[in-house]
Amino acid sequence: MESIGLKVGIEFHQMLDTKEKLFCNCPTSLVKEFKGSIVRRRLKATRSELGEVDRAAMLEEIRGREYVYEAPHEASCLVELDEEPPHNINREALETALKIALALHADPVDEIHVMRKIVIDGSNTTGFQRTALIALGGYIDIGTKKVPIQTICLEEDAARKISESEGEVVYRLDRLGIPLIEIATAPVITSPEEAELVAAKIGQLLRVIGGVKRGLGTIRQDLNISIEGGGLVEIKGVQYLELIPKVIEYEVMRQINLLKIKKELQERKVDLTKNKVEIVDVTDVFKETECKIIRDSVKRGGKVLAVLLPGLKGVLGREIQPGRRVGTELADYARVWGGVKGIFHSDELPKYGIKPDEVTKVFSVLGGSPEKDAFVLIADKEEKARRALQAVIERAELLPICIPSETRGANLDGTTHYSRPRPGAARMYPETDIRPVRILPEWLEELKKQLPEPPEIKFKKFVEEYGLSRELAQKILLSYRLDLFEKLVKKYPNVSPTLIASTIENILKSLRRDGVPIENITDEHIEDVFDKVSRNMLAKESIPEVLKYLAENPSLSVSEAIEKLGLIKVTEDEVRDYVKEILVKFSEEIMKRGSRADKLVMGIVMKKYRGKLDGALIYRIVKEELERYLHL
Amino acid sequence: MEKYGGYSQEIIEVLEKEGIEIYDKIKIIKNGKEYVGLLMPRPFYGDPCCIVIKLSNGYNIGVAFNEKTKVILLEKSTGTRSRATEVDELEKSTGEVAIVNTGGTISSKVDYLTGAVYPAFSTKDLYGMVPEIKNIASIRARPLFNILSEDMTPKHWEIMAKVACEEFKKGAIGVVFTHGTDTMHFSAAALAFAVQRASGPIVFVGAQRSPDRPSSDAFLNLLSAVITAKKAPFAESVIVMHGESSDTYCYVHRGVKSRKLHTSRRDAFKSVNDVPLAKVENGKIIILNDRYVPREEKPDNISLKAKFDEKVLLVKVYPGCNPEIIRWAIDCKYHGIVLEATGLGHVPQPMVKYVEEAVSEGIPVAVTSQCIWGRVNLNVYRRGVELIKAGAIPCEDMTPETALVKLMWILAQTRELEEVRELMLKNFVYEINERLLL
Repeated sequence: MESIGLKVGIEFHQMLDTKEKLFCNCPTSLVKEFKGSIVRRRLKATRSELGEVDRAAMLEEIRGREYVYEAPHEASCLVELDEEPPHNINREALETALKIALALHADPVDEIHVMRKIVIDGSNTTGFQRTALIALGGYIDIGTKKVPIQTICLEEDAARKISESEGEVVYRLDRLGIPLIEIATAPVITSPEEAELVAAKIGQLLRVIGGVKRGLGTIRQDLNISIEGGGLVEIKGVQYLELIPKVIEYEVMRQINLLKIKKELQERKVDLTKNKVEIVDVTDVFKETECKIIRDSVKRGGKVLAVLLPGLKGVLGREIQPGRRVGTELADYARVWGGVKGIFHSDELPKYGIKPDEVTKVFSVLGGSPEKDAFVLIADKEEKARRALQAVIERAELLPICIPSETRGANLDGTTHYSRPRPGAARMYPETDIRPVRILPEWLEELKKQLPEPPEIKFKKFVEEYGLSRELAQKILLSYRLDLFEKLVKKYPNVSPTLIASTIENILKSLRRDGVPIENITDEHIEDVFDKVSRNMLAKESIPEVLKYLAENPSLSVSEAIEKLGLIKVTEDEVRDYVKEILVKFSEEIMKRGSRADKLVMGIVMKKYRGKLDGALIYRIVKEELERYLHL
Repeated sequence: MEKYGGYSQEIIEVLEKEGIEIYDKIKIIKNGKEYVGLLMPRPFYGDPCCIVIKLSNGYNIGVAFNEKTKVILLEKSTGTRSRATEVDELEKSTGEVAIVNTGGTISSKVDYLTGAVYPAFSTKDLYGMVPEIKNIASIRARPLFNILSEDMTPKHWEIMAKVACEEFKKGAIGVVFTHGTDTMHFSAAALAFAVQRASGPIVFVGAQRSPDRPSSDAFLNLLSAVITAKKAPFAESVIVMHGESSDTYCYVHRGVKSRKLHTSRRDAFKSVNDVPLAKVENGKIIILNDRYVPREEKPDNISLKAKFDEKVLLVKVYPGCNPEIIRWAIDCKYHGIVLEATGLGHVPQPMVKYVEEAVSEGIPVAVTSQCIWGRVNLNVYRRGVELIKAGAIPCEDMTPETALVKLMWILAQTRELEEVRELMLKNFVYEINERLLL
């Protein structure tokens, strides 16, 4: 990875668990069932005095959308609806954010100024996000190196998208205004493993300090990735920590493959900018087509437009990420800029009902050669198809030139899709409805006192008091769930801390290697498991099995898992009776071996009761009964 | 030093010594740390000892300054930032709809770099803000004032009335006033009385959210105002603002029957004791109320009576209020008093004799209700009857604000008490609604 000049920066957005939102007094919880008002709005891309409009903002305006806002009475007020000016910045959020900054060795600024950052995809009712820079600098120590932090900001979260359809997006305002802390590292991370480590360490620190929300969706990671000779790509919305290394690997793969294609095209002297690429109406070619998609579109008043991409034969079908080809990229662009559902391209045809002779005809109409060239077809309303093809042309033109810098979205399998162009210089100006906040050194001193104990002290405690091995102690100190470990050790004093640490660190990792979706396992699941262990209702040998089951059925409780897996614990007495039975049944063998018969008996008894009672306890029972039997 | 904003004297001296001006690129060295950014003007609140800079990532931060802090000039700023727009050559240009700017949130623009707010008022600015206007009417922009509406005075109404009359005589088919929302209903009422028999409507429009925000209500409001100016069949002084929180339609409220009833909502303005004249939705105007003054055929038929007597006192009545305020008004030689009374038009007992006194001095006392909705009726309860006997003028269903403006307008024409009484009860521009519906 070093040789390709991989540089990764991570931006964390963590929801804070404050009583009230950042700029109003609504609670910070999401509602499951919506009860409230619905308001419809449009957002205008505003022009700077120089008449410029931010590219990404223009994109949204082109789409001409209407935004439908669900304002739940439980979790939003006039402030979220942009019907009332914001209230003063939430003190609790400010404190938590400053504590996090101090723990990261960053320097809080002397005076915090809240800014408005223009965002017009509708996710902020005002058309901007309120954000403030609260600290500069700092670092996160991952053992092998100290990764510098560039900025720490406190900002409001956006509304959450509920649905999207033609010309309309529905957002719910419960999430809008929840305080987020944004931590941006410098782009000096050089491997996927390092990235995961940084994410785990920062995630751990946030949880240990407290005041942050937990669960899926409460922390979102954006990655900035570049390789030597490639493009600077921002990947948004990597939902969970374990996905980070995969996303990085696949993005590197994508860029390396695109660089290979670029080299080949340059060697072939392919240049799409030489002559103007024309968009041609080929609806007539498909007059009698059997392709349902085209037929339906034309019936609804659409046209079939095509564009010739000279020299690109075979390139569109080339895979650049698992399951994604160059053609898939072009389809993304078409979707984003034209709002069309998809494209057809010659590398995958004939297919979908499009026949070989139709393909030949299209090449002919476009004046291209099926041996050297490729084409892209779109069937949709003319205006949309045209916009979509224009975007396809622009992207295709870059194939022999460079890898564009863009914003991409993460898919659940670790691949990414094109999302939008990188926004221009952030349009930010002061939020004059909020007074700047002066941060005095005395306050920072107070907050410093509230920071958790440093890792060295914890290490000592884990080894000396909790009896963990040095290796396990190191591991758990780097764990995302460090705070959960400490909580459970205190809560269940009759459970071995080594068991708890080993479950969190070793067992979960081992399950992940086996392909179990451990991202579905919540803190609550783990706590519940140890609750059952501490009450002797679950044998420790069964923990992996139960966790595996919960990962695959996350809505179940541990009790239900225990039942479904037949792991219901038996009583000592039941086992004792069984042991006595076995002793009688195999009395000959047992008399022969004497006290060394314990292994034999254990084997038989464990076959029946493994996991239903603690192994050590079963052994004790076997030894006791054997002893008694031999002395009779 | 205005040019620096609210910085402390100490900081200003250092800046001047280094030849640093606002928006210059500077480096601040403090406690071994360096901060590089553009110097921003200091707001007039907060700590004057914090230097505000804009970092390269766009964020502003404040850096506390002490004797050990060093400030260095790195680069002078390039070019001048935008200033207020120069006056258009509008006298030459013609337009069907005149848009007259008096100030307010709606006609401001922001310099995104500095965050400074400037008045934005040229035809170019307006078309830039709402390009769709081009499809509705040709406009000419006329800057008049640039004041916050809370600073409006009757003198301003007089000038606005004269300007409106001028524009109609020049051939405008409608005149739009951009205005702050705080006192828009006062101005709208004033012009309703001052300018009558016009050949088109006078349309007041404002915004609750400034136009630098993508969510601003200014866009729909301004577009709807121009549509109203061009297409409305009536020639009344009206207010056009959002009809609901959604960006779906605007209402056209009769100026003398409207009021700002919410501090911040887009639909803050409502028609009180009347139905809105019209609704503007999807580019069309839909008439909701048949009771309106139609357009005059000839622009010269316009009648201008643009004088307002400022010496009128508006008094809100409340439990335990000191009735001597009326004595004070008499002593200060006020020409009229409007009471914002309770319920059907009642006041505490002690006030009655002061009302009598004022009337006997020839000072008209008009009675309205702080209920806002409903009609005043002094015949129903004894207190009301006492007020009638004292000579008070019950103002039907006029809002306190409209009654105030009307009394100012009448007193500028006559001080004769009985004439004033008659004119207050005469329905000039549908300011009185004889039929209140549910």
